[in-house]
Amino acid sequence: MKTRTILTAALLGGVAFAPAAMAQTELSMWYHGAGSNNQEEATVNRLVAEFNASQDDWEVVMESFPQESYNDSIVAAALAGNLPDIIDVDGPVMPNWAWAGYMQPLGIDEARLEGFLPGTIGRWGGEVYSVGLWDAAVAVFARRSVLEDHGIRIPTLDEPWTKDEFDAALVTLDESGEFEHAFDPGMAWTGEWYPYAFSPLLQSFGGDIVDRSTYLTAEGALNGEAAIEFGEWWQSLFERDLAPGTSQDPADRETGFIDGQYALQWNGNWAALPVIEAFGDDALFLPAPDFGNGSTIGAASWQFGVSAASEHPEGARAFIEFALTDEWFAAFSDGTGLIPVTKSAAQMTQNYAEGGPLEVFYELSERQALVRPVSPGYVVAAKVFEKALADIANGADVADTLDAAVDEIDADIEANGGYGH
Amino acid sequence: MASKLTRSNGAGWAFALPGFGLIALFIVLPFFFAFGLSLTNQRLISPNPTEYVGFANYRDLLGLAVITLEPERDEAGQLVREADGGIAYPRVRTVTRSDDYPQYRGMREWFRWQSGDNARVVIASDVVFMKALVNTLTFVVVVAPVQAGLALVLALLINQKLRGVNVFRAIYFMPVVVSIVVVSLLWRFIYDGNDGLLNNMLVGLTFGLFEPVDWLGNPDTALGAIMAMSVWQGVGFHMVIWLAGLQTISPTLYEAADIEGASKWQAFRYVTWPGLRNTAILILIVITMQAFALFAQVDVMTNGGPLDSTQVLVFQAVERGYGRQDISGGSTISVILFLIVLAISLLQRWLTRER
Repeated sequence: MKTRTILTAALLGGVAFAPAAMAQTELSMWYHGAGSNNQEEATVNRLVAEFNASQDDWEVVMESFPQESYNDSIVAAALAGNLPDIIDVDGPVMPNWAWAGYMQPLGIDEARLEGFLPGTIGRWGGEVYSVGLWDAAVAVFARRSVLEDHGIRIPTLDEPWTKDEFDAALVTLDESGEFEHAFDPGMAWTGEWYPYAFSPLLQSFGGDIVDRSTYLTAEGALNGEAAIEFGEWWQSLFERDLAPGTSQDPADRETGFIDGQYALQWNGNWAALPVIEAFGDDALFLPAPDFGNGSTIGAASWQFGVSAASEHPEGARAFIEFALTDEWFAAFSDGTGLIPVTKSAAQMTQNYAEGGPLEVFYELSERQALVRPVSPGYVVAAKVFEKALADIANGADVADTLDAAVDEIDADIEANGGYGH
Repeated sequence: MASKLTRSNGAGWAFALPGFGLIALFIVLPFFFAFGLSLTNQRLISPNPTEYVGFANYRDLLGLAVITLEPERDEAGQLVREADGGIAYPRVRTVTRSDDYPQYRGMREWFRWQSGDNARVVIASDVVFMKALVNTLTFVVVVAPVQAGLALVLALLINQKLRGVNVFRAIYFMPVVVSIVVVSLLWRFIYDGNDGLLNNMLVGLTFGLFEPVDWLGNPDTALGAIMAMSVWQGVGFHMVIWLAGLQTISPTLYEAADIEGASKWQAFRYVTWPGLRNTAILILIVITMQAFALFAQVDVMTNGGPLDSTQVLVFQAVERGYGRQDISGGSTISVILFLIVLAISLLQRWLTRER
């Protein structure tokens, strides 16, 4: 206490001479993207610097973490009681941290969020906990010339491929013998990619990871008829050798579509720019097929929020609000290729403006995006789902595997007292 | 109990204290924590209070039952045959997910066998754990003798006064000093199913007759592939221990054997091998313990897949504790693993005791 008094005195004394910067209260911030391979980290750094220069009350000090260890660091810090003021959090993980008491509601005026893509607002228990400065979308990467050569219809947002059409297209492409595999779903990207990219396919069949009416069980959603139908189709992709399996080389995943190994690829907009560079106007980004229950893709990327430990939530909020402008959304989008949060910001970007090469992704996000189950239990359910899909791809019995996944998810929900639903 | 060890040996104890202290703090204490946690429902992240649950975690892991499935019969009472001629049985899920058998709820088929027309199915509460247990034991049973034997052969080879023998020693020892994660990543490339080094080499050696195998992607070969690379990685370390043992054997014994006219094999059998007795015990115990701790290779190369063919206990403990946020489940696996390793070590001590 004594040192603080001395410090305060020193500070007060200092104010007389030094510029007002001395009076800034420090806000710590943790960020997940250390060493990101695009401009994301640099743009976050610029955001912090400009925020610090823009006002006299707060000074944000940022620490970057590599993505693989970021979540572990947050959990460890929370257990040890040293969370920073501002954290960034992956959209589907947010409910888990909010439920666990790592985060506090943002307390932001919701009018500020008008016109934002739905995936960029993180809600739990009726309150906004986190806001994203960008979103991501997934599409079927294709080449116009390849589809036209094989007489395959080019689908549109209003009229996506049906299940039979998509399947027939894969068979046609496979039989052409021009490609190692007709379709690359991205089995090499283990982890969050599985639920992010593949659970929308399950939803399009009519299933889901959990039953979203209660969030208390997966029974019927993940092992019902629709889910089993999805599982059978999923398994058949690998049985018929239409898609590379779980042992896909990660390097092939990165370059296989551009190198012509795969005819179609299920991939995110962050990977779109190199494809445009390689194929120019020939590159196509097609909406997800409609397997009977509408086309869906995943939504929500990394978002910013305030930790429960923060003593200065108003400062943290000021920082996040500072970033919620079209200029920053456009800056992030230009730096990373990710989707800007608002339509007006999209017009200010190189890629998402009208006629821009990635314009289609904005509309995909707006029209097809469905957030992953908003539940603290998602973190565990996602792992279970990932294993089930890998096992099914490797030939496990579909119904038994999905049953086992349901049992595991249900047991976890029960062990956690229903996760507060 | 008062022995020379405890009396008037203050300096000795003082020197041992830091080591004992660290071991107590980082190994003994966490073990008691783990045992305590395994009796609760502790989660990694949860606002809910931790509750004591008794041995429920152990029941959830170790629960086993055998059920009998009667074949499906058509209206005439004839057996229904599958397309491949096998007898058709009702699905196990008709039992495990039926309200008539609440005791089997949540259990899954582990394996089955035929008995008469009926099928006997072993169902387990946690099939993944059971597979991990079997895989770990298989790994130990194969790796311990193979690695120890190979290390001994290498040690005998380089225990000679040859020009440049140090080069060989360095080469054999090299994999040991490289991080296991790096080694695992490299072997992933070697085992690659399309254009991996191993496939290319085998195709080249057989003039194209060999069909490339997806070593890590095939449930039949994945565990074997990990075993082979683990043996390769660890063999150098144990070679050095064997070598140290070999060099403690007095050359006069070999000279005497020579004079007596002993053959090379006899010299090994009656001079070298008895001289290596204590080294052998040490190596056997060390390899067994290391093999039980298999983790990094699985984590980097296969993540336990395909189809759980490379699940092992330590990987499961970590996956549950951190991946699935179930600290109590992970702790339970750790305790079970500890008991298994302890039992095997005691057995080995007993089998190799001085008689």
